[in-house]
Amino acid sequence: MKAIVCVKQVPDTSGKVAVNPDGTLNRASMAAIINPDDKSALEAALTLKDATGCEVVVVTMGPPPAEGMLRELMAMGADRAVLISGREFGGSDTFATSQIIAAGIKKIGLDDDDVIFCGRQAIDGDTAQVGPQIAEKLEIPQISYVAGLEKKGNTLVCRRELEDGYMMVETQTPCLLTCLKEMNTPRYMTVSGIMECYDKPLEVYDYNALKDDPLIEADTIGLKGSPTNIFKSFTPPQKGVGMMMEGADKATCEKLAGILAAKHII
Amino acid sequence: MDFVLSKEQKMARALFRDFAENEVKPLAEEVDETERFPEETVKKMGKLGMMGIYFPKKYGGAGADVLTYAMCVEELSKVCGTTGVIVSAHTSLCCAPIYEHGTEEQKMKYLPKLCSGEWIGAFGLTEPNAGTDASGQQTTAVLEGDHYVLNGNKIFITNAGYADVFVVFAMTDPKAGNHGISAFIVERNFPGFSVGKHEKKMGIKGSSTCELIMEDCIVPKENLLGQEGKGFKIAMMTLDGGRIGIASQALGLGEGAINEAIAYTKERVQFGKRISAFQNTQFQLADMHTKMQAAQYLVYAAAMKKQNHEPYSMDAAMAKLFAAEAASDVTRRAVQLFGGYGYTREYPVERMMRDAKITEIYEGTSEVQRMVISSHLGVK
Repeated sequence: MKAIVCVKQVPDTSGKVAVNPDGTLNRASMAAIINPDDKSALEAALTLKDATGCEVVVVTMGPPPAEGMLRELMAMGADRAVLISGREFGGSDTFATSQIIAAGIKKIGLDDDDVIFCGRQAIDGDTAQVGPQIAEKLEIPQISYVAGLEKKGNTLVCRRELEDGYMMVETQTPCLLTCLKEMNTPRYMTVSGIMECYDKPLEVYDYNALKDDPLIEADTIGLKGSPTNIFKSFTPPQKGVGMMMEGADKATCEKLAGILAAKHII
Repeated sequence: MDFVLSKEQKMARALFRDFAENEVKPLAEEVDETERFPEETVKKMGKLGMMGIYFPKKYGGAGADVLTYAMCVEELSKVCGTTGVIVSAHTSLCCAPIYEHGTEEQKMKYLPKLCSGEWIGAFGLTEPNAGTDASGQQTTAVLEGDHYVLNGNKIFITNAGYADVFVVFAMTDPKAGNHGISAFIVERNFPGFSVGKHEKKMGIKGSSTCELIMEDCIVPKENLLGQEGKGFKIAMMTLDGGRIGIASQALGLGEGAINEAIAYTKERVQFGKRISAFQNTQFQLADMHTKMQAAQYLVYAAAMKKQNHEPYSMDAAMAKLFAAEAASDVTRRAVQLFGGYGYTREYPVERMMRDAKITEIYEGTSEVQRMVISSHLGVK
């Protein structure tokens, strides 16, 4: 059994966001960090490893310096890493990226009891598309917005957190989950993990390693294989805190019920 | 001396910084105000391998190096001097002498639990009448069959209130002077052993500093550390290593105060402009940073020499002397830059100034460091 974790190195958007004149992010001028949702996905995989002893494989697509991030993830406890890297893959949008990562996962090998963990979305693009698209291309079930999970043999029961409630979903493995940051608190690296992480296996899959996969065609990868055109990049506005009501008396409860009824929630 | 950090050392520094910011800094003020030993932090550090950084994995250590350990104490001390000295005393003064002078059985028995943070370590050398003159030991140890009987008091023992294992020094041959001192591994629950008065201190208030009382304390013969009569040598070698830890603590305290002062002076407005725009502020901070940078070179050089098994006694003494005096000066200047606010307990710089002072005193005063350095120079 394996837990395959898809991770992305992203610019740190907690500081100032730099945008190029063409509307794309100026990644060079911003510090690179591990996408927060992806760190929670790794923590979920490591928790599964603690419980079952499964192998944890981390996968990323990116330029060679992304190795540093993969080593950090191995210092946290991942067993091995795959770096998908090649000029041919540059300029890929979510469609092409998921095409390439799906091919990479097929090369790693997907067994019946394997689980693929992705973060919900990356803080740079905020699309939340790559995880679900990988599942589609691998033709396996997917559960998005996962906030908790339990594995029983070849089935997995997940708690999906949605804006207006939660949903319990059971699925067969292999499957793909997209994890919420709120799901857990990612563990720290350990000093001994740091001392070992450069000795753990890291494979690089370039274009030649993946080119024989039917998913990899000249017009399905890289800039050519990317149907997306970026119209504009912007920082989404902060969500409001919502309305707060205090008190457990009858009048307050009635007022609350009235508001909920007016919004057709009850 | 090559100061290029390895990839592992850079990654470890990032871990220590992250841990210090998220787990240690939020507690620092409360730990100081309430004089509370942060036990929960020790447990967390144990899990992450920070309580036995440079010992081999065979003994439960993290298998890293002395410089990584120095950086750990440095990063912790940037935000909390108490947490820095807990790691330093535990590692340098208890784990290190057991690792360097212990038998295989002693190492296998004590190091895994110490390195995992399950047990906390301490060191008992100082006595009411044996401070800087450590040779004046009055604690005695008499061999009776299969055990030694220890009698005497130790004072100012760091970590004592929470420690499980103590490396303690006692006279096995009072007539032989320094050559009559022996070292022992003493467990907290040995019969006749107790922890006495808790000292109320000016700084590092969360660090548990207590008296050790040994009244007919029974220590099994196999807990003699090294050979009989070699205790003074073990103590001096241990303190050489300990000075790297305390120098790292001083280094962190000074650097932490600079970080606070830079942030504050960029926000505080007087005479219509940020006080960082005044040349006095700029020159003060330039001098403060230069001092701490020089201290860092000395500390790292001593750590690397110890790691490489080169003689480092003088290097450790110079590192501690310089870093401690620099930290005292730099933290005092940081308080001055903060003005009246710096004197209040609302800001951390007054705590850093109080914490820094001890680094000029414990594990050999600055005067002792000067004695060590001048003796290496052959100046008699």
